[in-house]
Order: sequence, then structure tokens, then C-alpha cells
Amino acid sequence: MSTSTTSEAVPDPRPVEVRHDLAHVPLAPPSRTSGVLEVFRRRYLLRLLVRREIQARYAGTAFGLLWSYINPFTRFLTFYLVFGLLLGRGLGIQNFAIHLFAGMVLVNYFTESVTAGTRSLLSNRGVITKMAMPREMFPVASMLVSLWHSVPQLFILVVACVATGIWGGGPLWVPDAVGMGAALLGFLIIMVFGTAFGLMFSCINVLFRDFQRIVQTFINMIPFTAPMMYPYWISYNRFGGGVWHEIYLANPVAEAVQLIQRGFWYPTCDGPCAMMPNPNGDGTTIPAPEFADHLYTRGFVTLAVGLLLLVVGQWVFARLEKSITERL
Amino acid sequence: MTTSIVVDNVTKTFRYQYQRTLKQMLRPDRRKREAAGEGDQLEAGATFKALDGVSFEVKQGESIGLMGLNGSGKSTLLKLVNGVMVPDEGQVLTRGRISGLIATGAGFHNELSGRDNIYMNAAMLGMSKEETDAKFDDIAGFADVGRQLDMPVGNYSSGQFARLGFAVAVHVDCDIFIADEVLAVGDRPFKRKCLKRMKEIRESGITMFYVSHSAGSVKKMCDRAIVLDKGKVGFDGDVDEAIKYLHYDGDDDEPDSEESEVDERDDALASDI
Repeated sequence: MSTSTTSEAVPDPRPVEVRHDLAHVPLAPPSRTSGVLEVFRRRYLLRLLVRREIQARYAGTAFGLLWSYINPFTRFLTFYLVFGLLLGRGLGIQNFAIHLFAGMVLVNYFTESVTAGTRSLLSNRGVITKMAMPREMFPVASMLVSLWHSVPQLFILVVACVATGIWGGGPLWVPDAVGMGAALLGFLIIMVFGTAFGLMFSCINVLFRDFQRIVQTFINMIPFTAPMMYPYWISYNRFGGGVWHEIYLANPVAEAVQLIQRGFWYPTCDGPCAMMPNPNGDGTTIPAPEFADHLYTRGFVTLAVGLLLLVVGQWVFARLEKSITERL
Repeated sequence: MTTSIVVDNVTKTFRYQYQRTLKQMLRPDRRKREAAGEGDQLEAGATFKALDGVSFEVKQGESIGLMGLNGSGKSTLLKLVNGVMVPDEGQVLTRGRISGLIATGAGFHNELSGRDNIYMNAAMLGMSKEETDAKFDDIAGFADVGRQLDMPVGNYSSGQFARLGFAVAVHVDCDIFIADEVLAVGDRPFKRKCLKRMKEIRESGITMFYVSHSAGSVKKMCDRAIVLDKGKVGFDGDVDEAIKYLHYDGDDDEPDSEESEVDERDDALASDI
């Protein structure tokens, strides 16, 4: 409408091509997009979607944003009471609360972005059936909203680390470059896997509505698959370091949790972070490995696998997306 | 002459039933089967063609009236042109940015205010923040919903809802404009405003795709009509002949007095502008 007419009575005598020049624009399928990349090309729309999702998540509730603190807090309290106080003797973890909470930041981020991502297309059906835009927007926006929700938890984690250093017995908590890099790598891993699963699952969930319940069932198992409410050495001991141990460590959440613990929990320890019973059975304890060997190598390999999965996720999305509108 | 839209032998197939429960799969309802008889029961995978081998081309600046009875495939065709759906067979090609409305009312989020929805909708249609900022007053003025602009659109009346959607759509710098039954809701002054605005759009050289059941407004607005008949192109060409083809010209054997009255009013409205 840039060239809208000034007077309506007299028709514009110029030919259409002059009034509205289009000859240089190619003919193209109207639905064509470049997938996830398109999402980052349209950052403004993404920003609006993320903001809306944040506003809408607790719309109409009295506590509002407080709910994103209450839920993780109660979960933390449960785990802490059961694993730290009831079963805690013999786990041998220093600063167990920080060990646990550091892991929970990433586990919460992962579970939230997968569950919200799975529902993202279905819950935006009103828009999707009427407006043409890259649908990858919705799972990606869900992932970013979950990331935004993990910021306050990260803040609490930092406060806890500093407080432990001041009032606890250990050294003052000073973040080191390697540790912060490890934590960042942990976040990246969860981000990439969360997006990949969100992309795949959101489409499948439209075609097969039972899927979000199936996802919910499996997501409840995730907190137990990472070494946060129990020390890493237990898994190493029980699995005997064999194939099962490798499978346990192949879990991206388990890997990411160790990376963030390396960043936040590890520097708070005074002396050995974890102790385990002496294998010769004399009742004494010896220092235990805090993390798996080759922690960073494993981290980068996991990230590479995640990126590959993201490509697969985009491929699945592009294949299934075509039939989504009529199934919503 | 530049081509604006190419629809080439497009077919879109839908299934009668998509989601089936485990129970339905394992134990098909016997009573239903017996009642339906052996031959004509709906099989699980039964499909129908909403569009069947539709082909046409639209030149830039043309304004096309898309007509047809309910269920003839108009909205499906619009969704294919707009890019919301992808054809099963054949291809749809368009040139430039597309704006418009499908089935009265854009994709709005009910819990957001009218103001936020304007920004959201404009962004979905491809407008930047600066563009929306610059046009916001025009859009709000056109929608004219008053102080309810800051109320969640879920509480809007259907008329206000449609006004807001139309207001955003007509302010996008587009090359193809789609209007689906825009005059179905909205009061008379708003209808007049819409038609006037659509006339401006048309005269600026934007290709227009106009869906309506009102013969009068199609006659005024469009210079070519396509009639869909059970998913196929029944007629493509002169508007008057298209109306004759559809028997919308009032020569029916039993003219419905109310309907022709509405038509007359639409005719009057169309000649107003």
C-alpha cells in the first residue's frame, strides 16, 4: 500500500507494473521456509512469542511468576529430605544441597523445555491454522521460555554457593574459568537437546495426541538418571565401569549435570568433594572420583551428538509439518 | 504482464477421521456397521478431495472473486495460496508478500490485549517493530474498538475481533491480499470502510483474492470470478456469468425474500463507495 491512490474517483492511469513493481520478485511456493535458521532471521517475532508465552504461562493465577520458584523449591525440598537426610549417611558428598540444586537447575530446564515444546504446536493451533510463518518458532520459543525460567534458579544457586563459602566450613566460592566454561557447556548441551526433542515431539504430538502423555511419563524418570541426588561414584561402583556405565554416561542430562556441578559445586568443597567406603572393607573411607573421566571430552562429544540430533529433528519437523495444519 | 499466483493442478485430500482410539481399532462398533449396511460404511482410511485438480493463473493487479457453495473448497484454496497448507499434488506459486484474513479473524491470542495482538499479528505477517510503530495509530483507528484496545481480545465481541484482524491485515505492505468473507460480520459503517479500503488496495495494483457469497459486492470489487464446485473449478471468467452459473442472480425458482434483501443491501453498500 505504499503507492496507495490519492483520489478514488479518477483511476490511476499508470499500468499495474508501475504502480506496484513486482517483476524482480521471483515466484515461489508461499509456504517455503529455511527451517530453524528462519527462526533466527525473524528474531523480532520470536521475541514477541517468547514474551507472550512468559506472560501467558501463569495468566490468571494469584501467585503468578512465584510459581516458577515454588515448584522447583518443593521438588528440591523433597529430594533433599529424602536423599540428603533420610538416606544421606554413606553418600559422602560435601555440600550435598549444592550438589543437588546445581543438577536440578539443568534437569528442570530440560524437562520443562521438552514438555512445553511437545505441546507447543497444539497449544498454538489458533494461530498456526491461519497464519503462514515458520512453525519451528513455537518449539524454539518454548525452549527459550524455559531458559528464561532457569535464570532465577541460577541466581539462587550463585547465592547459595557464596553463602556456603562465607558461613560454611569450606573455602570462599570463587568461580574459575574452567568451571564456568563447563557449566556453559552443560547449558548448551541441554539447550540443543531440548530444541531437538521439542522439534520432533511437537510434530508427533499433533499427529498422535497420546504422545504428550507418553513424554510426561518418561520425563518423570529424568531426575533419577543424573548424578545429583546420589554421588557419581555410586553409579560407577554399581555398574562396575563396563558397558552399562558408558550407557549411563551417554545420557546428555547426566553429562550436563556433572558439567554444571563442576562449575558450581566443585569449587565449594574443602578437600575431597566425595568420599566412598574403602574397597578393602575395613570401614574407612577414601576419596572418590567426583565426575566421570574425560569429563570435557565427553561433554564436547555429547554436544556434537546433540547438534546432529538437531539436524535430524529439523528433518523430521520439515517432513511432518506439511500435514500438520489439517490435523490440528 | 507479471504473474502473481500460479495454481497448477492442485489436489488436497482430507481424511474423514484422523484420530482413532485403540478401542475403535480393536473393536469396531458393530451396531454402527450393521446400521450402515455392508457397502457404504465409512472406512477408517476413507478420504475425500477438498480440491481436485484445480488450475488457474492470476496476473498481477487482477482482483479475483472466489465463489462457491459452502464446502466447495474456498477456504482450503485460500490456505494453500496463503501458505498455511501445502498441496498434496501439484504446486502453488506466489510472488511477493501475502496478507489477509482467512475465515474472518486472524490468529489472535485470546489472553493478550488488543494492542499486543496488533504487534504480534503484524510480526507474523512479516512487519518489523518500526513498521508497526509507524502504522499503529492507523491500525487502531481503523479497528476503532475504543478503550477495549487494552482489554484481552478473548473478551471482544465477534465483530470487534474481526475488525481488529482486518485492520492489521489491510495495513501490511503486501503484494497479494486475501479477504475471506470479510463482510460476514461487522456493522454497516465498518463494511463500508472495508470496501473502501479494499478498493484502494485494488487500485494500488495489489492482487486481490476476494471470497464472498454476495453477488453484488463481487460484481463491484472484482474483474474476474472463479467458481469452485465440489473442489473443482466450475467456472473461471466474467463475473456476471459466474453469478449466473451459481444461480445467485435472483432467477431462482423460489427466491428467498430475506436473502435477496440482504443481496440488495450489499448491492446498495457496494454502490455507496
